[in-house]
Amino acid sequence: MLYLKSAKKPSDHRPPQWPQLFDQLAISAKNPGLKQYYQAGVVAPETPLSDVSLVALDIETTGLDPARDAIVSVGLIPFDLHRIYCSKARYWVLNPEKPLTTSSVVIHGITHAEALVGHDLKQILPELLLALAHRVVVVHCRQIERRFLDIALKERIGEGIVFPAIDTMEIDNRYVRRRFFQRIVQFFGRTPESIRLAACRSRYHLPHYTPHHALIDALATAELFQAQVAWHFTPQTWVDKVWH
Amino acid sequence: MEVELLEISDHLRRFEPFEALPVEVVQELAAQVEVAYYKAGSTILSFGDEIHEVYFVRSGSVEVFRRNGTLYNRLEEGSLFGQMSLLMHNRVRFPARALEDSLLYIIPEAQFNQLCDDHDAFADYVELGDRARLRQAVSRANQSNELMRTRIQQLINREPVSIAATASVFEAGQRMTEEGVSSLLICAADDPGQVVGIITDRDLRTRFIAAGLPLKTAVAGIMSENLISIEAQQYVFEAMLAMLRYRIHHLPVMRDRRPVGVISLSDLIRYESQNSLLVVARILRAQDVEELSGLKPEIEASFVRMVNEEANSQMVGSAMSVFGRSVKQRLLELATERLGAPPIPCCFVALGSMARDELLPGGDQDNALILDDSYDPTVHGDYFKQLATFICDGLAATGYPYCKGGIMATTERWRQPRKVWSRYFAQWIAKPTPEDLLNSSIFFDLEGIWGEVGWVEQLKEQIAGQAKKSPYFLFALARNALSRTPPLGFFKDFLLERDGKHKNSLDLKRRGTAPLAALIRVHALAAGSTAQNSFDRLDDIRDANVLPLGRTEALRDALEFMSMVRLRHQAQSLTLGVDADNNINPETLSQFDRRNLKDAFQALSNAQKFLKFRYPARRSAKQG
Repeated sequence: MLYLKSAKKPSDHRPPQWPQLFDQLAISAKNPGLKQYYQAGVVAPETPLSDVSLVALDIETTGLDPARDAIVSVGLIPFDLHRIYCSKARYWVLNPEKPLTTSSVVIHGITHAEALVGHDLKQILPELLLALAHRVVVVHCRQIERRFLDIALKERIGEGIVFPAIDTMEIDNRYVRRRFFQRIVQFFGRTPESIRLAACRSRYHLPHYTPHHALIDALATAELFQAQVAWHFTPQTWVDKVWH
Repeated sequence: MEVELLEISDHLRRFEPFEALPVEVVQELAAQVEVAYYKAGSTILSFGDEIHEVYFVRSGSVEVFRRNGTLYNRLEEGSLFGQMSLLMHNRVRFPARALEDSLLYIIPEAQFNQLCDDHDAFADYVELGDRARLRQAVSRANQSNELMRTRIQQLINREPVSIAATASVFEAGQRMTEEGVSSLLICAADDPGQVVGIITDRDLRTRFIAAGLPLKTAVAGIMSENLISIEAQQYVFEAMLAMLRYRIHHLPVMRDRRPVGVISLSDLIRYESQNSLLVVARILRAQDVEELSGLKPEIEASFVRMVNEEANSQMVGSAMSVFGRSVKQRLLELATERLGAPPIPCCFVALGSMARDELLPGGDQDNALILDDSYDPTVHGDYFKQLATFICDGLAATGYPYCKGGIMATTERWRQPRKVWSRYFAQWIAKPTPEDLLNSSIFFDLEGIWGEVGWVEQLKEQIAGQAKKSPYFLFALARNALSRTPPLGFFKDFLLERDGKHKNSLDLKRRGTAPLAALIRVHALAAGSTAQNSFDRLDDIRDANVLPLGRTEALRDALEFMSMVRLRHQAQSLTLGVDADNNINPETLSQFDRRNLKDAFQALSNAQKFLKFRYPARRSAKQG
């Protein structure tokens, strides 16, 4: 049990003052894209959910360890409480093995279509950060997206990233009481996120989607959050009730 | 940049009208939709709101309402709504609410309009209302059978051959031989354009030669009068019905009351692979009950064949009723051979679906016997009891099950003199109770089969005259007709159906055609119609302007479509060798049938609402 306690991060209990933190990071960040991202700012904690621009984000990885495993694909879809906007959805397939540099593309004359498959995160980073700017990220199990992106960025541009995130899995845990032994099983058994996502969705009578596709999982997460707000919150609920 | 959202496009492509679109088009569309979740009970659209999108139900179910708050439709997975409001100046016409937790895919107006512009089938689907879609389905089905789309005038290949009524039979025979025809129209002596009768080869044989009449006999003496004729612009199936109904093989064709030709059975035979009239002939030739009951498979095969050849429900219902009537008539002939001729005049009556010309396989034998007023139970009682027993047993042996409610000539109450029958009807009409009517409404569909059939015509006149002047009777009959409602929203309702005996099936007769026939009966009696067939009654209802404009057409299509599905289901059961029932598993229906069936149920539901509104409350009905 001691281990269980120490595993919890104190930061989870006291979320940072996100607007102030973004202001500081906007000054300290070196990478221009990242600087821009922080400069775009973030909504105040008292903002009602109905006024918050959201973006559902999902990344697929080769494993669960950010130090060893790599990102395979990234999907995101902007939304708000009213609608999910498929026309603004983005999806990238990344090459987890050989990071392609701009020069190697020129040298090897790799075609555009092939390059699409072989992107490195560094190449898509400006677009990714632009898509996330001024939106609150919604994920299912926030540790994965946060840690993978943070470490991947550190590896490529020498500085990490932090961002507020709404976690649909955490919300689900708040409202669905599980039996004690189920929690234990879950702790040791590590049910894959996407299966847990499907289970959460079924509680709100959302349809079954094929899992393990970053964009579809992002869409599924966006729908799940809309449903959770309809059931557990109101459009007037402050965003700081749900973000971390 | 557009990204592929296969999860959305694959789902859209499972449903009309997206299934007919090219894959790439649906994929492009999927990349443009918006998605929204609505918790059960939450409002999706409010009346009068501005609207610039069309909604697709991805999961859950949605209720759409009329302006006055009554339920208009219940939609499930794969349904579209909002398109009518788009067409109505972008204002919400039918408010919508989530009945269950629902996920909606929302198609922006620009994409929707583009699809309508680029794809005719898509535009047809969304621009036609439910009613028009059903119309299209029914007329498309009717187009598929040559009998239903060929007009009689196309069959006429020569001028009619005629002779004056004053000519002799000898001259008539010569004329027929010269012209090489098997029938001859007989015209008024002073007006060659006015047909007064017809003679056929058969008439010459039976009424002239066999009767040993002199050669100079006037042709008027052996001709058939009360000529049955048909209009040139009518369809071949209507000619077929007339021949079946009246058991004639030659039919004069008229245009503007002038004869333009004659069609014979042989002209029609090529339109039906095995003519139903041949089955009738076989029934009428049967020598005993055993031979008659042996014809049951043939009658069923004839039914299956007609359905497979896509004859319409009126055609099939009429043919089956003619078979049933012929069986009854043959049984009556066999009975009188055995029991002797009836001691007093009488009339054997068909009731219910056979009287309406809407009999289907497995339909009950509902019948009655009307006796002359000189009836004396002590003298004639035994005879008619034996006669009734012989007929009803024979019918049961031939595949017309006994009526469970005992509405048969074997029941003494339904084997009565004319004056008693007249009193029955007067009582039902003057002092109706819903309980009474529940059992007696079947008597308001009646047809004389054998004997003094004119008595039944008089009863029909009596009913038509009294019923339309008796608002309380019409009110009671209307309440009765509303006791069974169609399943609105169909699949959802279906799962919620209270009597879950057939949980995975739908009784199409009980929830569809029977309530519709009952509703049509109310309006027909209110309009003073003496017609019995539901389609004929609808004609009278339309002519009497009882219903709002266009409603009778909607009911006609609804009845035809529900009947078609029922017929196909029964034909399929018979082909598989199982008993034909009316329980349909909606999951076995095609998407096309399901959608049209829903539209048909919707039309019935609308008509029931109107009936309720037309005959509102007991108190006002009495005053009226």
